[in-house]
Amino acid sequence: MRYDDDRDGRSFDHVADPTARRSAGRLLVVVPAYNEESSIATVVSQIRECSTPCDVVVIDDGSTDATASEARAAGALVVTLPFNLGIGGAVQTGFLFAQANGYEYMAQVDGDGQHSPEALEVLLRALERDPNLDMACGSRFLTSDYAYRASTARRLGIRLFAFSLTHALHRRITDPTSGFRVWNRRAIELFAAGYPHDYPEVESLLMLHLSGLSFAEVAVPMHRRAGGRSSITSARSGYYMLKVSLALFAGLLRRPIAVAPARFEPKV
Amino acid sequence: MHARIQIASICFAIGMVVLVVELVRRRRLSEKYALLWMLAASALLLLAVWQHGLALISQAVGIYYPPTAFLVIAFSFALLLLLNFSIAASRLAEQTRMLAQRVALLETELATQRLRAPAVEVPEPLVPATTVARHSSNRASEQHTL
Repeated sequence: MRYDDDRDGRSFDHVADPTARRSAGRLLVVVPAYNEESSIATVVSQIRECSTPCDVVVIDDGSTDATASEARAAGALVVTLPFNLGIGGAVQTGFLFAQANGYEYMAQVDGDGQHSPEALEVLLRALERDPNLDMACGSRFLTSDYAYRASTARRLGIRLFAFSLTHALHRRITDPTSGFRVWNRRAIELFAAGYPHDYPEVESLLMLHLSGLSFAEVAVPMHRRAGGRSSITSARSGYYMLKVSLALFAGLLRRPIAVAPARFEPKV
Repeated sequence: MHARIQIASICFAIGMVVLVVELVRRRRLSEKYALLWMLAASALLLLAVWQHGLALISQAVGIYYPPTAFLVIAFSFALLLLLNFSIAASRLAEQTRMLAQRVALLETELATQRLRAPAVEVPEPLVPATTVARHSSNRASEQHTL
């Protein structure tokens, strides 16, 4: 284990009951947000109004705008990081939260409005149907029904990662950069112990695979972002490609973090 | 090798050792990093004094002018130290990230608990921040002296 952690004595039980207005205590929806004040309120209320019962936590990744207050006003619990950690660190905070509070499932929905919360149910159902499945990943490209438009450069990048992962894992991966995912308890334990840093989506697929956990892609619709900016600007995309490629390569050489499947007992 | 170069290299190496020891003495440099610097300085001092050894090394790797071998070795140590700093920086970043996550989660827990129990009065006023800071820095320096 990379992180020695003694959180057994801790409990965030209160989060699962009185303050959260519509609590189910089973599914935690994590919304990582960095300067998303224009879209975060809509995203939070859409999640709270969607048909899947869940608790919503916004991880405010050191935003300098009104993201935190907007999210709080929209009814989410807000965890404010003291400074910007990047998407990986923010999502891992979500995993730590889900782990400490005994959530059975955790979902990630981006704060920019790209993901439609209505599709959460589809992802969640995929996990519930198959207890051996540890993660369901929403894919934009699994079917051609959903028209998703991205710039050529971005599509090319996604294709390249899809291609290399497909070959590294010997299975078809269509949308490795999608952040629209639902994990079960086993995956929560794994990623609470260690989650890739800067651009985690691609690398975490490899981590799951190497740790012997299973995942499946599920077709979901995605929109263009409603506001804010992608952390991957065109100037940074070269760095992104290189960094993720190095991470993938190093990941293949690394020993996986062991998670004991037997350890999990859902707190009901 | 010329005597002048030898004297210069010896002075350089001794200067480095003295500087590192002085920094450790003043607690500006922790022993952990000082060790690598000391190793580098002592190796350079050894080669500056032991000319025959330097000549052997430069011959072995095909350097015709021994003082160049001295520079090459010094440079290798510099690279090694830089790598060491990158490792240290990565580790610090990792630790800082973990601290930030813990603090954020604790703050959230605290805020939610305050929300839940607004009627309860806190009997003891919180210790002023300055006192806490002084306490912790005292403790840190005590550990150093041990």
